[in-house]
Amino acid sequence: MGRAINQHPGAAGKVLLGALPFLLLIAVYLMASDARLAANPADKLLPSLESFGAAIDRLAFQPDPRRGTYLLWADTAASLLRLGIALAIATAAGLLAGIAIGLLPVVRAAFAPLVAALSMVPPLAVLPVLFIVFGLGEVAKVTLIVVGIAPFMVRCMAMAVTGLPREQLIKAQTLGATTWQIVTRVVLPQTMPRLVSALRLSLGPAWLFLISSEAIAATEGLGYRIFLVRRYLAMDVILPYVLWITLLAFLLDYLLQRMAQRAFAWSPEGQEP
Amino acid sequence: MSLISVRGLSQVYGRQTVLERINLEIEAQAFCTIVGASGCGKSTFLRLLLSEERPTRGVIELDGAPLGSEPDADRGVVFQRYSVFPHLTVMENLILPLELRASKFCGRLFGARRRAAVAQAEDLLERVGLSHARDAYPKTLSGGMQQRLAIAQALMPRPKVLLLDEPFGALDPGTRARMHEIILSLWQAEKMTIFMVTHDLKEGFKLGTRLLVFDKLRWDPHAPEAYGATITYDLPLEDSHGLPPELVEAASDDQPFQKPDFGSEGPKDVLH
Repeated sequence: MGRAINQHPGAAGKVLLGALPFLLLIAVYLMASDARLAANPADKLLPSLESFGAAIDRLAFQPDPRRGTYLLWADTAASLLRLGIALAIATAAGLLAGIAIGLLPVVRAAFAPLVAALSMVPPLAVLPVLFIVFGLGEVAKVTLIVVGIAPFMVRCMAMAVTGLPREQLIKAQTLGATTWQIVTRVVLPQTMPRLVSALRLSLGPAWLFLISSEAIAATEGLGYRIFLVRRYLAMDVILPYVLWITLLAFLLDYLLQRMAQRAFAWSPEGQEP
Repeated sequence: MSLISVRGLSQVYGRQTVLERINLEIEAQAFCTIVGASGCGKSTFLRLLLSEERPTRGVIELDGAPLGSEPDADRGVVFQRYSVFPHLTVMENLILPLELRASKFCGRLFGARRRAAVAQAEDLLERVGLSHARDAYPKTLSGGMQQRLAIAQALMPRPKVLLLDEPFGALDPGTRARMHEIILSLWQAEKMTIFMVTHDLKEGFKLGTRLLVFDKLRWDPHAPEAYGATITYDLPLEDSHGLPPELVEAASDDQPFQKPDFGSEGPKDVLH
């Protein structure tokens, strides 16, 4: 036997090993669910697969009797809209403020300490402020996500810009570039991969802030639904919603990664997962 | 009249003097190589020529006028690394200076004007031997190819002076020899003035028409930062006679490898 650090699984072995924990989790859940339901058929804590199927059918494929909408899709659309707007605003802020702070020494001197301080404010602590100032509508929820991730994105982009080799900026100047041309032809294209990776890293916090704000005040949305049915111990709704949110988050991340790989073929980072 | 004149140049960082009292007149079309120990201020001198830094004292004049306060298209530069733009292909790197000059807002050319720029870059691309790699990104090129591209790119805006900061320092000896031929042929064809910093004395002798040696004349062991380096040798290399013998010797490594001679008894320090 060689050392453990030199034992590599084969191609099929990798797939199998990767799937194993998932299968184990499912098996454990099913056994536990069976045991509880055998003791008490009305148990709500660990519903059977059939109850999940019924709940998914009711939420996704039957119109809601009171509203006439399909709840899962309406919730998904509402949540993704909030998330999308917030991510767009935070990305734009990261790009503009990040490049200005990273490239222009005067702007850096003026705003870098402010951004550093803002990024230390716990976003959920200012949520009450947002609700007071912006009311309970969409603006407060979107603002919470923006407040939560924009400082990170700004700092990430500023670091990406200051991390560019000084040789590049000098060379651009000797080729006759103005500040604006350096931004558009040297800095912006070279920091785009970092923007995408900053966005990918922000997805987790963004979902966290989205669900939090929806849990507190909303009339629809994925987070709203989960916290609404919590009162009825409706695990048959909560668990499929959690899986659905996880899937959406995974897909978003995957799409961004694929996009980066295609768009930034020049980048050595383009190949990384 | 000389192309570049340096008068009374000193550079001081805080309490540390890096360069002091440098005076220099460089004629047009010189190939000036700069050698010296590491930390002797060669690269600082190059940064001053680039206007990347302002001198503490003294002036540098180019064509009779003081240098501008920022790097500009008068002075091209090639660094040891990071000299080309990784997000642009070889051809895009080459036409970038033309695009920047012609299109102030977009910094890009399209259609017929772009084709004209490409045609203009074609000849230089050929001469540095990169025609086959015109659509490759720099990360796929070897170190030598990247430096060839960097030199060609620096030449595109037709600078009055080309500054090379240890451009071949990271290359293997074979590649380096080929780079020497390329830079010499470009220098002769373009009739430009070159400053090249190198830590390789042989390279300095081989390429230059003039060799500048930077070293400290004064040294205070209790305050090593008190005195800066200056030009201790300024050698015209058109004829290599009359050079200080220790420099000629240092520059040639023609001495054959000598086997250690232990005599008939073998090495003395071997334990029996």
